[in-house]
Amino acid sequence: MWRQFAPAFRMMLFFTVLVGLVYPGLVTALSQALFHNQANGTLVEIRGRAVGSSLIGQNFTQPEYFHPRPSAAGSDGYDASASGASNYGSTNQKLIDRVKASVDQFRKENPDYQGPVPADLVTASGSGLDPDISAASAEAQAARVAKARGLTVDKVRQLIARHTKARTLGFLGEPRVNVLEINLALDRHFPAPR
Amino acid sequence: MTANGVLYILVFFLVLLALTKPLGLYMANLFEGKRTFLHPLLRPLERLVYRLTGVREDSEQRWTQYAASVIAFSLVGFLFVYIIQRLQGFLLLNPMGFSTGHAPGNATAMTPDLAFNTAVSFMTNTNWQSYGGETTLSYFVQMAALTVQNFVSAAAGIAVAIALIRGFARKQANSIGNFWVDLTRATVYVLLPLAFVFALFLCARGVPQTLKAYQKVTTIEGAAQTIAVGPVASQESIKMLGTNGGGFFNTNSAHPFENPTPLTNFTEILAILIISSGLTYTFGRMVGDTRQGWAVFAAMAFLFFAGVFICYPSEQAGNPQLARLGVATAATRTQPGGNMEGKEVRFGIASSALWATATTDASNGSVNSMHDSYTPLGGLIPMFNLQTDEVIFGGVGSGLYGILLYAIVGVFIAGLMVGRTPEYLGKKIEQKEVKMAMVAIIATAFVILVFTAMSMVARFAKNGYWNPPGPAIANLNNSGPHGLSEILYAYSSGAENNGSAFAGINVNTPWYNLTLGLAMLIGRFGFILPALAIAGSLAAKKKVPTTNGTLPTHGALFVGLLVGVIVVIGALTFFPALSLGPLVEHLVMREGRLFSSLLSVAPGFSPACAPMHRGAAWMLGIWS
Repeated sequence: MWRQFAPAFRMMLFFTVLVGLVYPGLVTALSQALFHNQANGTLVEIRGRAVGSSLIGQNFTQPEYFHPRPSAAGSDGYDASASGASNYGSTNQKLIDRVKASVDQFRKENPDYQGPVPADLVTASGSGLDPDISAASAEAQAARVAKARGLTVDKVRQLIARHTKARTLGFLGEPRVNVLEINLALDRHFPAPR
Repeated sequence: MTANGVLYILVFFLVLLALTKPLGLYMANLFEGKRTFLHPLLRPLERLVYRLTGVREDSEQRWTQYAASVIAFSLVGFLFVYIIQRLQGFLLLNPMGFSTGHAPGNATAMTPDLAFNTAVSFMTNTNWQSYGGETTLSYFVQMAALTVQNFVSAAAGIAVAIALIRGFARKQANSIGNFWVDLTRATVYVLLPLAFVFALFLCARGVPQTLKAYQKVTTIEGAAQTIAVGPVASQESIKMLGTNGGGFFNTNSAHPFENPTPLTNFTEILAILIISSGLTYTFGRMVGDTRQGWAVFAAMAFLFFAGVFICYPSEQAGNPQLARLGVATAATRTQPGGNMEGKEVRFGIASSALWATATTDASNGSVNSMHDSYTPLGGLIPMFNLQTDEVIFGGVGSGLYGILLYAIVGVFIAGLMVGRTPEYLGKKIEQKEVKMAMVAIIATAFVILVFTAMSMVARFAKNGYWNPPGPAIANLNNSGPHGLSEILYAYSSGAENNGSAFAGINVNTPWYNLTLGLAMLIGRFGFILPALAIAGSLAAKKKVPTTNGTLPTHGALFVGLLVGVIVVIGALTFFPALSLGPLVEHLVMREGRLFSSLLSVAPGFSPACAPMHRGAAWMLGIWS
C-alpha cells in the first residue's frame, strides 16, 4: 500500500496543475475574450454607472416600480454576496406567518387588484436572488405602477407583454418578466413624477 | 401537472436515451485501449501524464493493488484540499481576503472541522457543503482544490466501475486493470473535453468566469449591492458532469450565476445523468452483450420515472396552507403555481422537481431549488433516492458499481427461490460476492440510521467543543416531523455521497462536520472496497456456459427483479424512519397542523463528557 503513495502524490500534483490551474485559466482567458460581458456578471450600466446585473435580483419597494419576490439572501434580502433560501418546510409556522405578512402587504399596496395572489410573488426563491417574477405577478402590480406614474393600466400591460420572456424553444422553463429590465424600461419610457 | 411539464420530462428522457449509446461506446473503446477520435488531440497529454508520474501504461494490478491505489490517491487528495483550505489566507487569488484581516463581515471562518468536512466531502465525490461558497472560499481554493477533486474523484469512480466490469468480462485472470491508467483516461478523454466545452457554453449563457473581486453596484433605488462573481463556469461544468454537485455559491444551481436560463437548466440536468447513463452501455459492450447494459438502463429508467412522477405532482399541488391564505397555487398560462417556496421563476415546478429527482438518482447533490422547502411527499422522493444507494443512473461510476452489487443480490435471491447457484454474466455468484454486496448495502444504512438517532438525542454541555450547548436538534430550522427529516436527509446525503441537503439545518459545528465526514468516508469506501473485492474474485473465475436453468439477465423478468430488490431493501430499511418524517408530515399538513417550537427533548447522551474512544458506549446509551 505505501508504495502507492509516490504515484498518488505525483498524480495529484499533476492534476492540480492541469485541471486546477491550466483548465480554469484557459476557460477564463477564452471567456473574457469571447463573452466579456457575461464573464464579468452581465452588469447593466446607466450612463456609465453599474446599477446591477440583469441576472441578479435587486430589491424594489417604491410603488412606481414592479416589486420582486421576497428574498432570504443575507440579513435584509437580495444580498448578492450571500445567496440564501428560507429553507422553511411546508408545515413550518414561520413560513405561513411570513407568507401571510407578504399577502397582507401586497393587498395593502395593490387595493385595485382583486384576484388571488400569484404563488411566486409571496414565496421566497431558492437563491434569494431570483431576477424574475411571473407574468401574472407583474399583471397583479400593473394598476399600482400605472397609478404611481400617472399612466393608463393598458400602457403598463403593453410594457409587461413586451417584457414577458416566453419559454425557450416553446417548452423549456416558464414565461417570466425580468424585474430590473422592466423597471429600467419604465424609467426610460415613462419617467415617474417626482 | 401541466402538459408542458410532462413534455419537458419526456423530452429530457429521450435526449438522455439518445446520448447513452454514443457516449457509452466511446467510453467502452477508451477503456478497452482502442483509439478514439480524440486520440490525435489528447494522446500526447496522456503520455505526458505517464512520463511525469512514472506510471507504466501496460502494467496490470491485482484487486488489492488497485484498491490500495484508490485509497492512497484519495488520502493524498484529502490532504491537498485540507491544507490548501487552511492556508487560503496566505495564498494567491483571494481578492475578497477570506481567512485574513480584510475578510468581509459576513465571512465564515475556515475552522479545522470545516476544512476536514469539506476535504472529505470533495474527495469522496459527495460535495456536501457546510459553508456558503461566496462567503468562505478564495478563488484559489475553488479552483486548485475543489475543481481538481471534482475531476479526479469522479474519474476514480469511473475507474472502479470499469474495474468491476472487467471482473465480469475477464476469465481466470488475476488482474483487473491499472488504476492510474483508468484514472488518467477518465480525466483526460472523458471529463476534461466535456467540461471544457460545457464551461464555454455556460459562460456564453451568462455564468461568470473572472478572477476579479466581487462587483459593487448601486441599485436603482440607491442601495449598495455587492455581487459575488468568480471563476464559476469552469467549476460549474465539471460539478454537473462529475456528479459532484458542490456549488460555487451557497444556493448552488438555484443561483442565477450558476444556472442563468432555462436552457442552461436543461443542459445541466442532462449533464448530471449523461455519463452514468452512458456507462450502462459501456458495461454491456465490455461484457460482450449490450442487452445486459440496456437491462440495467431499463431498471434505472423505471425508477427514474417513478420518482419524477411522484415528486412533480406533489410539488405542483402545492401547500394547502398557502391556498387558504388566498394564494393562487394552480398553474395558469401566466404563472407556475404550485409550491414555489425555494424555487426560481425561470425554472418553475416541473424542471425543479425533475432536477431534485435526477440529482438524487445520481450522487450529484446540486440543487436548483431548495429540497428543505418541498412538500412532504415531494421531499420524500429525493430522500428515498439517496437511501436506495443512488443506483438510479447514480454517480459517475458509483451508480454502475452500486447497481451491479444490487444485481448480485438480485440473482442471489432468485437463486434461493429455485435452489440453484446463481450466475450473473456467466460468472457463478458465490458466498464471497454476496457477502461483499451486503456489506456495502448494510454499512451505509447503518451509518445513516445510527448517526440520525444519535443526533436526535444528543445533548451538549456548556463550553463544549462539539456543538453549542443544548440538544443537537437545536441546530434545526424546522420543527416537528420536518426536523427529523432534516437530520435524516443530512446523514443520508453524507453516507450516500450525494451532497444535497434539507439545508435549513446548521451543520457547521464540529459534531455535524465530523460525523458527516465519517459518514461520507464509510459510504464511499464501504462501496468501493467491496466492489473491487468482487471484481478480483469474479475475474479469477471461469465462465460457466448458459443452460436452460440460467436466469436470463437481459429480459423484463430480471429488470423487475432488480427494481424489486432495490425498492424492497430501501423500503424495509428506511420505512420506519420515513414514516416518522415525511409521511407523517404529509398527513398533518393536510390537517392544517403547523409546528413552531422544538419538541422537548428527552435526556440523551452527552458527547462533551464522553471521550471519542468510548464511541461504542455512546451507541449503547441511545438504547438504554
